Amino acid sequence: MANNVSHTTEYRTLGKVLLFLMLCTFLTITVTGIHLGPFSVTVALLIACAKAYTVMTYFMHLKYESLLLKLLVGFVFVLFVLIILITFIDYAFR
Amino acid sequence: MSEKHNHVEEHRDDEASKLGMWLFIFTELLLFGGLFIVYSIFRHEYYQAFRESSLELSVTIGAINTIALLFSSMTVAMALTAMQKNDKKTALIMIGITLLMALVFLVNKYFEWGHKIEHGLYPGSALMPLLDRGHLLYFSLYFFMTGLHAFHIIVGMVLLFICLFKVKNGSIHPEKYALLENGALYWHLVDLIWIFLFPLMYLIS
Repeated sequence: MANNVSHTTEYRTLGKVLLFLMLCTFLTITVTGIHLGPFSVTVALLIACAKAYTVMTYFMHLKYESLLLKLLVGFVFVLFVLIILITFIDYAFR
Repeated sequence: MSEKHNHVEEHRDDEASKLGMWLFIFTELLLFGGLFIVYSIFRHEYYQAFRESSLELSVTIGAINTIALLFSSMTVAMALTAMQKNDKKTALIMIGITLLMALVFLVNKYFEWGHKIEHGLYPGSALMPLLDRGHLLYFSLYFFMTGLHAFHIIVGMVLLFICLFKVKNGSIHPEKYALLENGALYWHLVDLIWIFLFPLMYLIS
């Protein structure tokens, strides 16, 4: 029984994604090299998030997955942000 | 009844096994997420010490490892594409390259850690308790987080070795590749964690 429903991503697309990720890495190293003060960590994390999003969308095929899976990933992300918020609020008002 | 009609339909659900893999990935993300929260709070509290300690790490080695992992993430995705296209040879080569990149990562890590250990910097060493609290926290978190990540690399390598073997003997084929797909998902997770570990551990300006 063939029950494969997975999307096939072309080699070219995967190559382009890698190129983008390499560019982001280069950018991260350059940005933290110049002194932006407290912004440098923000920029580094934003770039990291962009990379993570790209890896999940294309390498992990999330773009072509069911709505259920996408919602689940979104839910985990929201959960993590909530945990961060609660921890930091607790920490700040201790 | 002939042999042919005696065939029992194999019970499997690739979609569900993929969902299961994703659920496991969520637990992994939250595990590392918790560690990242610990890291951010101590980094905020002992910023100067974290900055000084991070200068001890080689950005070059970190960058090479980043590139190795990103590249391996692409090759494992290509292995899956090749399998879907019924191109067994390319699939095998791509899994092989992925494993090679994983090895490059671990060898780099070996030298990196070896250098620290030579200087007496490792958990439980005589030097560690003499450090001030900020440096101690940085190196404890460094060894724990990169160590846990390296452990995931090793697990991923074992998983991909099994995939390599199964592609070779034909038990993973274009009609049935859930194991390879889930193995690839695991490998992307390892890459995903490193994407955050690299700027946070190596690049503190």
